[in-house]
Amino acid sequence: MPQLGFVLQWVVKALAVVLAITILNFFLIRLAPGDPAVVMAGEAGAADQQFLDQVRRDFGLDQPLAVQLATYVKNVLTLDLGQSFRTGRPVADMIFERLPATLLLTGTAYVFALIVGPLLGAIAAMRPRSVFDSLLMVVALVFYATPIFWVGLLLILVFSVQLGWLPPFGMQSMIPVKGALAGTLDVIRHLILPAVTLGLFYIAVYVRLTRASMLETATLDYVKTARAKGLPEWRVATAHILRTALIPIITFAGLQAGHLVGGAIVVETVFAWPGIGRLAFDALFQRDYNLLLGVFLISALMVVFFNMVTDIVLRIADPRIAGRA
Amino acid sequence: MEFLKRFAENRGAVVGAIALALIVVMAITAPLIVPIDPMSTRGRPLLPPGGEFAFGTDMLGRDVLAGIVHGARISLMIGLISTVIAAAIGVSVGAIAGFFGGWIDDLLVRITEFFQTIPSFIFAILLVAIMTPGLASIVTAIAVVTWPPIARLARSEFMGLRRREFVEAAVLSGVSRFRIIVSEVLPNAVSPLIVMGSLMIATAILTESALSFLGLGDPNRISWGYMIGAARTVFRQAWWLSVFPGLAIAVTVLAINLVGEGLNDALNPHLKGRVRIQT
Repeated sequence: MPQLGFVLQWVVKALAVVLAITILNFFLIRLAPGDPAVVMAGEAGAADQQFLDQVRRDFGLDQPLAVQLATYVKNVLTLDLGQSFRTGRPVADMIFERLPATLLLTGTAYVFALIVGPLLGAIAAMRPRSVFDSLLMVVALVFYATPIFWVGLLLILVFSVQLGWLPPFGMQSMIPVKGALAGTLDVIRHLILPAVTLGLFYIAVYVRLTRASMLETATLDYVKTARAKGLPEWRVATAHILRTALIPIITFAGLQAGHLVGGAIVVETVFAWPGIGRLAFDALFQRDYNLLLGVFLISALMVVFFNMVTDIVLRIADPRIAGRA
Repeated sequence: MEFLKRFAENRGAVVGAIALALIVVMAITAPLIVPIDPMSTRGRPLLPPGGEFAFGTDMLGRDVLAGIVHGARISLMIGLISTVIAAAIGVSVGAIAGFFGGWIDDLLVRITEFFQTIPSFIFAILLVAIMTPGLASIVTAIAVVTWPPIARLARSEFMGLRRREFVEAAVLSGVSRFRIIVSEVLPNAVSPLIVMGSLMIATAILTESALSFLGLGDPNRISWGYMIGAARTVFRQAWWLSVFPGLAIAVTVLAINLVGEGLNDALNPHLKGRVRIQT
């Protein structure tokens, strides 16, 4: 049962990573200069002696380090991430409340980039050095070099301020719209600019990656054989070249999926999108470290999850990988 | 000469090199070109470009042009220093792992993989926030999140070279391991590392701009990301506050990427045209 072994191996690996991230999280807060209780309590207003003592007791900061670590790991494994020092609410609740908005934004951007990027890259690779190819390469290079937040601001300037086509911020209109369909359309209208902003950078990456990967695959012998058999060029391109050329793209897409949350922090800040990125930004501003660490932990868990999904997809796309392991 | 010829064959790389040279000169001579403190108030707030201020003024009446010119220093400096540190960590880890193999390799590969799993931008934010925002913490954070790809590259190069005859010969003749790594293997592995390093400077500049945009920069020094972030509330009325610094970042990063690709063509001719994208 090689499949079972693979699953088991993955579970062990994922658990090890989760544990390592939890321990890293634990030490990060202690990396801060000064008393961790003071750091956790934040700077403004909350630092009277009584409160600090309570923080020390709540977090067991008066216990030996090993005991503290064990308690922390136990808490995290039961998804108890402690409380926000600003709102007093459980950090896990605050994050899970915001998670759907972030998943909607990153998911849309991701799918958008994964469809448009490889498609454009493949078209460019079929006619290397054509006008379309050269133009696309320049555009991709430019977007690859442009800060995401700046693209967002420019899109707002053009499409919201100048043209007035799309709303510049938020996820819903200030005045709630009536009806489920109208409500969905309202969210979609709000979603377009932030999703395009986040997606553009990744489109640039996928365009370049797909083109390079296809041009490299096109030189392989089995592609020559396919041509020699008299297959039409589009069949060679789609069924033979693209299939193999997609492997590095899937690998990269998997690696990037979890990291999209990082980009989401910036995009959500620009567009006031109510997801965990925006939550992280607010936490940052209010020095709510516990909340910030929670966001870090959850996004790291998402990376682990996406890496696992990628591994499975790769095994389906490329049977050689399963054989190799 | 051969190197320059191959580099010059890539037109984009030449354009990039010229642009980058101009930006570097601008950064070095900033106090001479615009001899004012970019953080000081120079005129009425929110003056549009043209007239006395070519790029306009911001909400505090600071000269945007001065900010652009002086901001180049921070961007380039942070890009360069953080990449040097990341390269030092990455090459050391990769060299040891690739050269010695065995359990040391296993351990170091696990650690590298772990650091690649962590969402890098959030990790960088956390590090800067906890270490208190400033130049040193930004440089440290960028270096800590960017070394793994260098380590992986260095490891594979070292593993390949480890089995070559000239290295075996050096081992047999009793040269110390450290000297073999530094003076025999490293020089042969250096060209792909230089290419990756040059592209990392571009990524580091983008990361710095995003951190500064979020308000994590050094509050006493002007940087392009900080300018855009500080003007966020008024950018609808005053487009010049975000457009000019953003262009500065994009042009700089683009120039460095173009130079990086040119270096790739010139140093690794067998990899010509292949895109290197960091993961």
